[in-house]
Amino acid sequence: MKIVVAIKQVPARDSQLSIASSRKWIEEADLSYEINEPDAYALETGLQLKEAHGGEVVALGAGPARVAQALREALAKGADRAIHIEEEDHGALDPLGTARLLAAALRSEAPDLVLTGLESDDLGYGQTGAMLAELLGLPHASIVMHVEKLDGGIRVKCELEDGWFQYVEMPLPALLTIQSGISELRYATLMGIKKARTKEVRRVTAADLGVAGPEGAPAASVTIDRIYFPEHTKRTQVFEGNPREAAAQLVEKLRFEARII
Amino acid sequence: MSILAVMEQRGGIWNRMSFETLAAARQLARELDTTASAAVLGQSIGPLAAELAAKRLEKVYAVEHALLQNYTPDAYTIALRQLVELAKPFLVLFPHTYQVRDFLPKLAASLGKVAVSDAISHRVDHGELVLARQLFQGRVGMDARFAGDAPHFASLQAGAYQPDQLGPDGAPHPAATVERFAPRISPSDIRTRPLGLFRESQRTLDLGAAEIIVSVGRGIQEAGNIPLIEKLVEALGAELGASRPICDAGWLPNERQVGSSGQTVAPKMYMAIGISGAIQHLVGMKASRTVVAINRDPNAPIFEVADYGIVGDLFQVVPALVEALQEPKWQTRPAGPRRKIRSPGPGKDSQSCTRV
Repeated sequence: MKIVVAIKQVPARDSQLSIASSRKWIEEADLSYEINEPDAYALETGLQLKEAHGGEVVALGAGPARVAQALREALAKGADRAIHIEEEDHGALDPLGTARLLAAALRSEAPDLVLTGLESDDLGYGQTGAMLAELLGLPHASIVMHVEKLDGGIRVKCELEDGWFQYVEMPLPALLTIQSGISELRYATLMGIKKARTKEVRRVTAADLGVAGPEGAPAASVTIDRIYFPEHTKRTQVFEGNPREAAAQLVEKLRFEARII
Repeated sequence: MSILAVMEQRGGIWNRMSFETLAAARQLARELDTTASAAVLGQSIGPLAAELAAKRLEKVYAVEHALLQNYTPDAYTIALRQLVELAKPFLVLFPHTYQVRDFLPKLAASLGKVAVSDAISHRVDHGELVLARQLFQGRVGMDARFAGDAPHFASLQAGAYQPDQLGPDGAPHPAATVERFAPRISPSDIRTRPLGLFRESQRTLDLGAAEIIVSVGRGIQEAGNIPLIEKLVEALGAELGASRPICDAGWLPNERQVGSSGQTVAPKMYMAIGISGAIQHLVGMKASRTVVAINRDPNAPIFEVADYGIVGDLFQVVPALVEALQEPKWQTRPAGPRRKIRSPGPGKDSQSCTRV
């Protein structure tokens, strides 16, 4: 099975964020980046399928030069090769813009299965995966917890609300968006890291793919007016400082103000 | 300029978030000086459409087809594309359910659009609609505008809008026209085969019945630290809950998970310990009467919904709290009025945005 895993690189989970002076995006200068968490599970799912059924795992990412680091990490964990669509200004790319770039890179690859995380931890639109399926003409399922290979297709377990699940079957090729936290993530081994250095990372640009870059692309249908830190509108009584005193104050409030305990 | 709310049903039962979307559609229509309509998809949905007709709408579209009986993203996308061509709405609104998350991006992409997904509030700026949504797991807000030609698409976060009480406000409204629409779908269009719905195991724990819930999140760092929280649970006579990562890691069983994929709760007190407050968690607990948050990060989104908070290291705060709870209660309490039970109103964000 030829599996492509689309990976986004996002600011590390605990980053201190600040708003850029444009107020259109965050300040990127001093951030450290990591693989978007749900995409890490998509990669893990891809690697497990390859181990069980053979084939190849290709890591695919779009964004500026720093994205190469995320792709190297995927290679170190066991992906066979990577494709980096090098584009500056990734923060301004909307999900459809990203899906168009990924689709253009995938047309010549003709994978059996395309995997990606259900959403990104930065923009959080949760749309790129299903959009990519539409652009590639592939059947898809989202919020997938488990993938099982059948003759000529797959059966996947999808998560629904309130603890419900559903199995869905579909032929290959197909696209799945993978839920976070569905299995244990592997670490890159020293050997894996060493091997990754010799694996192929193909760098392409939007122009190489015959797609207009962010400047020449079709006008976005949604524009970012501004981004901001949410105003704190609920009056929260915060107790800081010495834990014992804070705890005592909280207990008093719960007893005599909220009257809960 | 009309607004179309797409309702969600499964087997003739509404997803109750649909009525939040319906209320939002009517509110936006008022503010943008246009009309609101609604659509429901499925098979044999006459009674559902009739129910909608009484909801002060311009029109109700009953989109019926045998291939819409069981949800598939292919059939829903095809049907909704045809409906949008017919109804020509300015804006199509959806509840941000798991089903909508599955098909809306496909529908939007097929029309060259991006949906404003998981929106939490709106305002009208010089006649133009601005929708607010959250980035970085709720840590950053974003105001979005639509550009280019209609139709535009948006989905609304659970609890962001309150379903209307259609109280008396003057003249009775005439029932909306129900327009039956049979989309053209062929069996070969549908590539996925949905099987039955199931639950992993019978849920034995109903967190919804608990008066006090103490929930634990990533901040606990490892499974071996959970007994620390259990002591607090015991001291409060509470039930133990958890955020998703804790259950995914197997540190607590799934039945203790609070949030969009776990249980939705509204106890008298919800204490979130080491939980940053991702949207998926907040939707499961923000209707709680009193919310207490204990977290190291003063900017954690959980403080946005908390009545009381302690900013600090849970490994110090929780034992201190257990100790404080074990001190004898005062014999006489200061007199004071009972606190009123707050109704789970619209998210605070919907108010904050109109104030911007």
